[in-house]
Amino acid sequence: MAKKKAEGYLSAKESRQISKRNRKITDELEKKRKRKNVPESEYVTKMHDPKNAVEFDNLHTYFFTDTGTVKSVDGVSFEVPIGKTVGIVGESGCGKSVTSLSLMQLLQRPQGQIVEGEIRLNLGDKVYDIAKTPQEKMQNIRGNMVSMIFQEPMTSLNPVFRIGRQIEEVIELHDGEGKSKEDIKARTIELLEMVGIANSEGVYKMYPHELSGGMRQRVMIAIALACNPRIIIADEPTTALDVTIQAQILDLLRNLKDKINSSIMLITHDLGVIAEMADYIVVMYAGRVVEKGTAEEIFEHPSHPYTIGLMASKPVVGKKVDKLYSIPGKVPNPVDMPNYCYFKDRCEMCVGPCAGDYPPEISLSETHKVSCYRYCEEKGEK
Amino acid sequence: MAANKKIITPDFEPVTYDPQYILMVNQLKKYFPIKDGMLSKTVGHVKAVDGVTFNLKRGTTMGLVGESGCGKTTTGRTILRLAGEKTSGQVLFNGQEVYDLSNKEMRSLRTKMQIIFQDPFSSLSPRLPIGEIIGEAVREHNLVSKEEFNDYIDKVMDDCGLQPFHKSRYPHEFSGGQRQRICIARALALNPEFVVCDEPVSALDVSIQAQIINLLKELQEQRNLTYLFISHDLSVVEHISDTVGVMYLGNLVEYGETGDIFKNPLHPYTKALFSAIPIPDPKVKKERIVLEGSIPSPANPPQGCKFHTRCAHCMEKCKHEAPVQKEIEPGHYVVCHLYDE
Repeated sequence: MAKKKAEGYLSAKESRQISKRNRKITDELEKKRKRKNVPESEYVTKMHDPKNAVEFDNLHTYFFTDTGTVKSVDGVSFEVPIGKTVGIVGESGCGKSVTSLSLMQLLQRPQGQIVEGEIRLNLGDKVYDIAKTPQEKMQNIRGNMVSMIFQEPMTSLNPVFRIGRQIEEVIELHDGEGKSKEDIKARTIELLEMVGIANSEGVYKMYPHELSGGMRQRVMIAIALACNPRIIIADEPTTALDVTIQAQILDLLRNLKDKINSSIMLITHDLGVIAEMADYIVVMYAGRVVEKGTAEEIFEHPSHPYTIGLMASKPVVGKKVDKLYSIPGKVPNPVDMPNYCYFKDRCEMCVGPCAGDYPPEISLSETHKVSCYRYCEEKGEK
Repeated sequence: MAANKKIITPDFEPVTYDPQYILMVNQLKKYFPIKDGMLSKTVGHVKAVDGVTFNLKRGTTMGLVGESGCGKTTTGRTILRLAGEKTSGQVLFNGQEVYDLSNKEMRSLRTKMQIIFQDPFSSLSPRLPIGEIIGEAVREHNLVSKEEFNDYIDKVMDDCGLQPFHKSRYPHEFSGGQRQRICIARALALNPEFVVCDEPVSALDVSIQAQIINLLKELQEQRNLTYLFISHDLSVVEHISDTVGVMYLGNLVEYGETGDIFKNPLHPYTKALFSAIPIPDPKVKKERIVLEGSIPSPANPPQGCKFHTRCAHCMEKCKHEAPVQKEIEPGHYVVCHLYDE
């Protein structure tokens, strides 16, 4: 039992203390959020580059749990340019989904809070900082400007409503002003046709259980696209699907993106899907961005040891290897992260300074950035 | 049961045992009855496995690929006699028809054939400590004496990359990759010869996937295991398998050496399936054969060749006549009318 205590065992007393402390922090944040009539000046900002649809700037999203503060997203910065696809890769628990949920303000509150940083969302005429935008305003942004395709098409549709009703609901809520019921129905059927459902009138009247996985994912996409959003967040849209259906869905997403000129944030752990879809890639590890760049840069010159390991551990059709590379060790405990490079304990390419502070972001080219000391030295020598 | 018996017809030629094969599956069929109405009359059958034939050599791995709902898992389960009675066909394990055994004989055979399930989160009992999960069956089958029991479990756990102090812990204390190791240890504790791996890495992250695949390969070399590796991830199947079978709607449409199948896929479905694999290289832009529609219902499969509704090379003949298995190259079988001449 003594052993158990040594590795992260919490007594009830300690746990109570932690939750008391957390309550204080979250209550304060919630109070700030629940204020009425927040002046616009508080959340209207400017984009650093007007060509971007979203800019994540030093985003920190923490979860205040009873066992300690989990730093799910810990200083994430990247941009999503208009009309481009940005792929986010990483292991489960690295904060990919939390980053996207922060953008939607769909975090599990009050435990989950954005504590620092900005998410600048380009609305065309205005720019909002999502981290500070009040609830009522968010209502207009979700669905209209940003929408999300969830991972599980099997569980994210409501089983007791017909497909048509579920799509209509979105249109009524966000885009329904001055539209008659017939207009909305016509739009719904048009959407179903747009996502490649041949029997659109029939599917309109069906319940989710009557559809296959691929069809359900199409319906999810139709719901997400109902109001022509500027940003589509696709959270592992094809993980639950077969390869042949996956190919159909990816084709569909790519075509629709061009049709309504929006940006896609594609979250996945399948490097093949990323290579096919993404223009830019962000590699995340333990709540931080370890490497980002264009798809060519990342796939041709993976620079961070984690990216290299990730690429080597995936078997590729047509390439024969005897033994797959596997990254040693496991992801560090998110409650008490080390203050040196998070990947150091699993890294096989450690250099001297790795034991020091978390490595800074180093530019290898204008778009290619990596957080690793190996390149720091290289640059210094030059 | 009566309805089940009616459709048994000796529509296959029995095979004779060939000692180089650990497992011989001949025209295996498994139909599930559809019951309807007040008296639960059987109104039809879901033909989950509809005539599958393959042989598996000792110490090799066969990959079984296909879309969901094509009968991969049912094939695996039917071979292990886990899905009730078969409908027809033969399953010879070491020359012994599995379905002819009495319950008692089957029980002792179970130690020789094991299964690793897909989901490591739901296939472990949350109320048992790991040592008990792994050791329960060992004790039940009296594989080792009481004195050796603890050492034996330690050794099996060590082989699968688990620490001895994990023994007293419960499944919820482990991550997905470690749970899958527990599932593997549980299967291997009985010292089996043949293991059905039903999508063992589908629920895991890429980096963990690599660990588990390496572990499975190592254990295969150490213990001369034979795997039936069911997966829909084609790149994993290519990596681990010696032979590959491609299933479509209950049928094995193509079957052969991994190299042959991946270099020279013959069946239009295999071609489409392979062209759909995303390749992690943004420069490769390949011609993709997109299959229209989705897999037809196995309760009411199309007449003739089952694939003809989605096939780009569909001929008149395909609509009426079901193709038979042909050997195109030595060891490379395909079921398609395109290769009739």
